[in-house]
Amino acid sequence: MTENKRIDAATGTQTVGHEWDGIEELDTPMPRWWVISFWATIVWGIIYVLLYPAIPMLNGATPGLWNWTSRGQLEQELKAETLRRAPVTRALAAIPVEQLAGNEKLYQAAIEGGRAAFKVHCVQCHGSGAAGSTGYPNLNDDDWLWGGDLPAIHTTLTHGIRQPDHDATRFSQMPAFEGVLSAREVDAVVGYVQTLSGKARPNAISASGEAIFANNCASCHGVQGKGMREFGAPNLTDKIWLYGGDEASLKTTVNKARYGVMPRWNNRLDPITIKMLAVYVHSLGGGEANAVPDKAVAPDPAKVVANVRP
Amino acid sequence: MSGPDDLIAPHQPLYEARKGVYPKAVDGFFRRLKWAIMAVTLAIYYITPWIRWDRGPYAPDQAVLVDLANRRFYMFQIEIWPHEFYYVVGLLVMAGIGLFLLTSAVGRAWCGYSCPQTVWTDLFQHVERFIDGDRNAQIRLAKAKWGPGKITKRLGKWSIWLFIAFWTGGAWIMYFADAPTLVRDFWSGDAAPAAYATVGILTATTFVFGGFLREQVCIYMCPWPRIQTAMMDEKSLLVTYKDWRGEQRGSLKTAQADPKAFGDCIDCNQCVAVCPTGIDIREGPQIGCITCALCIDACDTVMEQIGKPRGLIDYCTLDDADVEKKGGTGHPVLKTLFRPRTMIYFGIWTSIGLAMLFTLGQRTRLDLAVQHERNPVYVRLSDGTIRNNYTLKIRNMETRPRIVDVYIQGLPGAVLWTPDGSREFAKQSINFAVAPDAVHRVQLFIAAPETGPTSAEFAISTRARTGDNKGDSDTVIFERPEAGQ
Repeated sequence: MTENKRIDAATGTQTVGHEWDGIEELDTPMPRWWVISFWATIVWGIIYVLLYPAIPMLNGATPGLWNWTSRGQLEQELKAETLRRAPVTRALAAIPVEQLAGNEKLYQAAIEGGRAAFKVHCVQCHGSGAAGSTGYPNLNDDDWLWGGDLPAIHTTLTHGIRQPDHDATRFSQMPAFEGVLSAREVDAVVGYVQTLSGKARPNAISASGEAIFANNCASCHGVQGKGMREFGAPNLTDKIWLYGGDEASLKTTVNKARYGVMPRWNNRLDPITIKMLAVYVHSLGGGEANAVPDKAVAPDPAKVVANVRP
Repeated sequence: MSGPDDLIAPHQPLYEARKGVYPKAVDGFFRRLKWAIMAVTLAIYYITPWIRWDRGPYAPDQAVLVDLANRRFYMFQIEIWPHEFYYVVGLLVMAGIGLFLLTSAVGRAWCGYSCPQTVWTDLFQHVERFIDGDRNAQIRLAKAKWGPGKITKRLGKWSIWLFIAFWTGGAWIMYFADAPTLVRDFWSGDAAPAAYATVGILTATTFVFGGFLREQVCIYMCPWPRIQTAMMDEKSLLVTYKDWRGEQRGSLKTAQADPKAFGDCIDCNQCVAVCPTGIDIREGPQIGCITCALCIDACDTVMEQIGKPRGLIDYCTLDDADVEKKGGTGHPVLKTLFRPRTMIYFGIWTSIGLAMLFTLGQRTRLDLAVQHERNPVYVRLSDGTIRNNYTLKIRNMETRPRIVDVYIQGLPGAVLWTPDGSREFAKQSINFAVAPDAVHRVQLFIAAPETGPTSAEFAISTRARTGDNKGDSDTVIFERPEAGQ
């Protein structure tokens, strides 16, 4: 083909030498600066290969003269981020949890920090939206077994629920009534409980359950069935049922009892993270106003929890 | 076709060096027009960021400001938020259509007069003439050996270029921050790294493109000449060498010997000497011609000196060229400019502009965006009431603080409150103090009775207590569990 190269008469430029159906291509020379920039990219590439990890080896890659690694960069950036957050972290460590709501900036920081920690430590049981499921409380609603103000949530988080190795844990135990109550008595008390929240209309069976309830259940759940937070005894008159409010579920609950546990976090998470988690959970919509005035000294959580393991 | 032997080149280099272009100074109508356009465009570029515009205490007082950090774009009394970016898109579309209009009417006038590459190259060439002298002196200097004289001249020229280039980059960043503050920060070393990097890059590109690459940018780098060749038609104005009048070209002396055998072109080469891209317009229309019309000025000067009518090189359409070749006279310029194609472009251009002005006048400066939280979709409260969570973004786009009411319509028995409030005191409306020129993000809890459609449509609306009486409303869904759940 090379022998067909010729100078095009109209432009004075050489052709590349091939021809299809009379169509030829001019071989216009590249501008020199273009070639120079092409060489410059090659030089750039060589410098890059020398400075950065580039050539794959059996174990990893060549480290490059700058010893740069993406992991090292991440560590540096995390360090810088920790440093940037240090003032907020220090302030969070210093402030008692019940006073957090008074400090808008810290409060928002705590919510965001809690949101992140929740995604790591809590979603496994409570779900990513904190909506829970059967046996795992929904943290968005206004029903709290052990109390829904900031100190109460904070205590629950710190000490957990029914943690056998921990004295300050939230503890209570509902007896299993199988064998204690006859099947008919269980039917009666379940029928009565269902009338408390308006789930069923009172009838002869439920009426007979009232006395059984007063004798066996009222000590924890209260005479009116409104529950007792000191014992984590649920309010039976509301519309929220942790283990189901239908007849079958209630029968199981009465017969076998329930024993829900939650880990204590004081041996896994730092106090600041627990504080942020408490604020986040409190902010989900069901959080209650603090029982104690904001300015008061925070009471010793161990004393607030009136129950002691038997 | 096979060429004669002497046309066969055994070897041709793969690349070639730039051929030096040393345009000669010229005076004339188009040169003066170019001076005027250069003065106006450069003045706009350098002065605009320094114009002040009072917007009150809550907004910057720079007339034209692209505030990237806060995501606001200010242009005199207009303020654009990120979600109103379609105005910027509209401006870009107008710029595009404007180039279509310009190209179909007057050819590559953008390239020849107002393209920054042309304007800065023109400025740099003027500096070059000031230091090195005109064309011939420049050619001599280029060929001269390096010595003290040449080094002085080169360093002098490059310093001035670098100075201009630096101010070019320096002016650019003024559009992105408060200009007086930025100047102070820039020199005290407190400006953002991006500011220094931008100035550095723009200084380098201005220096290299305006000083050294020049016409190479137009011929090899810029896509616009290629697009324009597709957009011009036989009625677009082109800088044309009227070969039917000029040929056979010959020097004045030769032509005088046999006037009938020669045309008007005396082959004085002035059109080539003044060309900033170094082409010969007499070879016909070509990609290198940016239609700056300096060759028209040069040729007109020569024609006047030899007593011939002006316009041997002139703006001419391909249609008129055909007519003139046959001895007729071309269309008047106005008739060429106002033809269906240009009028359609102009129509599209103005209607986009008018539509944008209209929507600018109609737009509301209070905006509401509601997002229904989907995780969980609903929450059952202890008394059986159903609660849904919403995230509201209230945009107060006025540059003053305002009290904004938010209320719900079309959801019977519903009340709303925020995490700050409580359900006990919840009502059907709530108000927020929204900071000037800011987005107020707030979480809203809405509770409604258990009974009702599983998926109820209702409206969350907002209205400012002060200012225009315009508000905004969003239709959203309230979700309930299915009966029995």
